[in-house]
Amino acid sequence: MNGLHISGLSVTLGDKAILRDVSFTVEPGQVVGLIGANGAGKSTALKAVLGIVEPTAGNIRIGEQDVAALSPRERAKKLSYVPQGAPVHWPLTVERLVGLGRTPHLTPWQDISAADEAIVQRVLIETDSWHLRDRLATTLSGGERSRVLLARTMAVGAPFMLADEPTASLDPLHQLQVMDIMRGQASCGAGVLLVLHDLSFALRYCDRLVLLHGGGVLASGTPADVLTDAHLETAFGVKVARWSDGGEQFLAPHAAKGV
Amino acid sequence: MIRKLQQNGWLLNASLLGALLLVALMSGMFGQVDLDMGQMAAAVFGPADSPEAIIVRELRLPRVLLAILAGASLGYSGAALQGLLRNPLADPGVIGVSASASLGAVIAIYMGLAALSPVAIPVLAMAGAFASTAILMLLASRDASVLTLILAGIGISSLATAAIALVMNFTSNPVTVQEMVMWMLGSLENRTFDDLTLAGPFIVAGWLVMMGVGQGLNALSLGEDAAHTLGIDLKRLRWRVVLGTALSVGATVSVCGAVGFVGLVVPHMVRAMIGYEPRRLLLPSAFLGAILMMLADILTRLPIGHGQLRLGVVMAIIGAPVFLYIVFKTRESMR
Repeated sequence: MNGLHISGLSVTLGDKAILRDVSFTVEPGQVVGLIGANGAGKSTALKAVLGIVEPTAGNIRIGEQDVAALSPRERAKKLSYVPQGAPVHWPLTVERLVGLGRTPHLTPWQDISAADEAIVQRVLIETDSWHLRDRLATTLSGGERSRVLLARTMAVGAPFMLADEPTASLDPLHQLQVMDIMRGQASCGAGVLLVLHDLSFALRYCDRLVLLHGGGVLASGTPADVLTDAHLETAFGVKVARWSDGGEQFLAPHAAKGV
Repeated sequence: MIRKLQQNGWLLNASLLGALLLVALMSGMFGQVDLDMGQMAAAVFGPADSPEAIIVRELRLPRVLLAILAGASLGYSGAALQGLLRNPLADPGVIGVSASASLGAVIAIYMGLAALSPVAIPVLAMAGAFASTAILMLLASRDASVLTLILAGIGISSLATAAIALVMNFTSNPVTVQEMVMWMLGSLENRTFDDLTLAGPFIVAGWLVMMGVGQGLNALSLGEDAAHTLGIDLKRLRWRVVLGTALSVGATVSVCGAVGFVGLVVPHMVRAMIGYEPRRLLLPSAFLGAILMMLADILTRLPIGHGQLRLGVVMAIIGAPVFLYIVFKTRESMR
């Protein structure tokens, strides 16, 4: 239907095949987690979907629409992105920085309108950063900054949101906040595609998982189907411990394979 | 309302435009012959053959117009390059166009062409600017990263500087060497409408190429990947800034000599007034660049310099301390 369909995606950089024939779908309202060991091709997969990296084969569609055929601006309206460890190069105020998310909706000469400002206000409130609006983005703490950059991405209002390790380098509370915001986006109807390293988050927050291994898809499906002992040993080389607490499932790596 | 106007920069732009007109008027009044307001009015609106009219219309007007075009080009492209490279130390010199234009001028002086025609220096300087831009485009074509672009620019700049030294090295006549050095120190003295018609079209073409880059530069505050996913065509943005700078600054250096510091300092002065948003720096930087250029040009005409002061020297002598002051003042927010 109107999902984000990735089919047969391959990426070769230089003469190295980074991704081979990767296919999966992100439906509206779903959180899909992209997991795998370092170098498995997770970030490259996101970048190829976004057109930052040129795919050597395969196609990306939203519904019936081929994303490659869209203009940069039209594509930007449909796919928003939280880069990994996103930089902020100038000390802009938080409000103006979040307003940059409205860029795809403006002509090159326009500045943000009152309607855009209302959207900026809403996403600042949703990310619990309204009180930061007049601060300079370069003076924020790590947790504040990642919430603000998330708000910037939400301000685009795209039907699909892609994030590369949004919880990296955050303390536990901020990790939970960010994951809750991602869930909230999905329950408002957005399709969310996340690169994740935390397997526990992958288990608890994602509707579907795609496990990459050596540039290809090792497994995809519900978290229960994907996070099997066999898959995790193959993809990560680890054994995991599992437990449940208050009805929720948890999972953590506890030993290297063969130990 | 006032806050809104301040935020949008309209208030600042209107004030700077007012200041620009005022300084332009001053620039028409001061010189070897000082004119008062009445004489200025007579010169502008009166008969064309009065001495005042000749001084103002033939001598000072082209000089004022060139100062505005040159200063605006340096200020605007400095702000645009700092935004593109996300580096507050960038100035129009980093793409190598200033040094290459100087090389062209030095060759024109070396070969004695300057004595044959008054447009020989600007024409060869412009040829130098174009040649360096062509080399830059070849070296950094296709998917050039910003880093490749800067490094290629620095390489070209060093090569041109080395070639200038080589030409000077082979010039046996010390008077010719002095002429070269004086040219490179920059001046608007004795510029005519010929210089204006030669450089003006390229300068304006450069502005047109760079118009409307502000949105892309703003998006680049978040890095290249984020800017890409905000719908910015980065390759196009890069070439528009580089080509626009090459055209406008190349033509500027051809007729004014290598006037440094404007492109570097002006965006910082504007930041101190209106903040760091790259788009909002562009227009005020053009206005302020033009104002500073005219002020420096007025200073070169004052008796204190005995008619010897060169524009580039005045600019650097004023610009460097201002730059240091701004660095000192903004060191907190640059962290």
